[in-house]
Amino acid sequence: MTLREQQRISVLLVAATSLAALLLMLAPLPLWLSLLRPPLLVLVVLYWSTMSPATGGIFIGFFCGLLLDVLQGAQLGQHALALSLVTYLAVRLHLIMRAKPIFEQSLLVLVALLLYELVLWAIDGWSGHPLNTVLRWLPPFTGAAVWPVIAGLLGRTHAPR
Amino acid sequence: MAFVGRSRHQTPSRDSAPGPRFVLFAVLSVVCLYYDQRDSWLQSLRYWMQGSLYPLQWLVDAPRVGLEQIGDALESRDSLRAEVARLQQRNAEVDVNALRLEALEHENAQLRALTQALPALVTRHLAAEVISVELNPLKQRLMLNKGKRDGAFQGQAVVDARGLLGQLTRVGPQASELILLTDPEHAVPVQIARNGLRSIAVGAGNSGELLLPYLPVNSDVKAGDLLITSGLGGVFPAGYPVATVTGIKRDPVLLLTQVRAKPLATLERDRETLLLWFDPTHSAAPVAPVASDTLPQVTLGAPVDAADSEATADDPVGVDSGEGEMPAAPATKAGKR
Repeated sequence: MTLREQQRISVLLVAATSLAALLLMLAPLPLWLSLLRPPLLVLVVLYWSTMSPATGGIFIGFFCGLLLDVLQGAQLGQHALALSLVTYLAVRLHLIMRAKPIFEQSLLVLVALLLYELVLWAIDGWSGHPLNTVLRWLPPFTGAAVWPVIAGLLGRTHAPR
Repeated sequence: MAFVGRSRHQTPSRDSAPGPRFVLFAVLSVVCLYYDQRDSWLQSLRYWMQGSLYPLQWLVDAPRVGLEQIGDALESRDSLRAEVARLQQRNAEVDVNALRLEALEHENAQLRALTQALPALVTRHLAAEVISVELNPLKQRLMLNKGKRDGAFQGQAVVDARGLLGQLTRVGPQASELILLTDPEHAVPVQIARNGLRSIAVGAGNSGELLLPYLPVNSDVKAGDLLITSGLGGVFPAGYPVATVTGIKRDPVLLLTQVRAKPLATLERDRETLLLWFDPTHSAAPVAPVASDTLPQVTLGAPVDAADSEATADDPVGVDSGEGEMPAAPATKAGKR
């Protein structure tokens, strides 16, 4: 991707796709589906952070994390910290990530999502609201599973590489 | 690969060093986490954010509301007539019950040697609808469409037509978060309606049940017993129906009775809920514990009430356990209140 193409990914596009992902995170679903719901917002932010670290990146991660904190009634700063960490790694490793075929990307995404959940879990415990159930470790796996779809859809929104 | 390599050199300098920015935002997050645990200026930031994000929640909920309104508009005349007839009959039944209740209240007042009937316990109530937005599916929380602007406050009791639902935790300008009875972080001081035995009902999580973990092995509990609020803990008034006992397991090793109970309120499908305001001078109004702001029963009520429940357990069945020392305990507890 050349610099010119990279600049074509506007902040507006990143904001619009993130907002759509956020709305999908809020949409009510039956409980069993809701337990499997992939963390779409994290995936979208991850995608933009690897594709265009200049427009995506840690600030977007932090900001989206704060929105999640408020909307999901979590500790303020919980998702913000987790998402900042994940986007930091994405920005650091974006060249490695981009060079990988899509299924290897999925594996890296799985690691990132597990790390994300680990941070949330740790903060849940430290802040005195422990939530120790196997169920909370499911979304990282469904998230990694839908990564190819998300990456494919978002890939269509900007100029091809 | 050559292209990719070049793009790194040409990107603006701010993302060539993501480390310092990450440290900045990580520190910011930790500061937020630290102050969110305490009551502080951050609460007003959160309140403001809740208010400005409400349109998103409204948007997510809008399709359901729209569908419901279309459904209402298409409902046929006959079905509406049938519903009116059904509601009229129900109203007549309720009226009869209310007559009886009035008589009972009068009698109660006389028994208490009061000159006039007690004032109403609930001074004000407000219907609140559940907004269909997803919070954390692992927690038992709901969003209600009433907030501070409608007078809602943190720790307010919420009921539905059948029983107690829970209390408000985070109150925004237009909407607030309801923590259900069945959330593992929620505990409600209850008593068995049949014999007045007091205990704590803790939420059991996704199973939609309540657990009573602090009852001694010889307590007088039966399946089908009705649990009502005991009025301790400072949030819920006394006498509201909470749950019915469904299962009992007596553990002779731990000397405890594990009791499971099913809440009377319909937790999942509830659309209409009621926020309640109480007359603080009423005798059944919640007794406020020592000054505390967040979820008083969980932090303060539990240990105190657990001691109470052990003590009251002696009244009905305590023939063999040490009666000599037990009654002394609640007296000191009560004295402190």
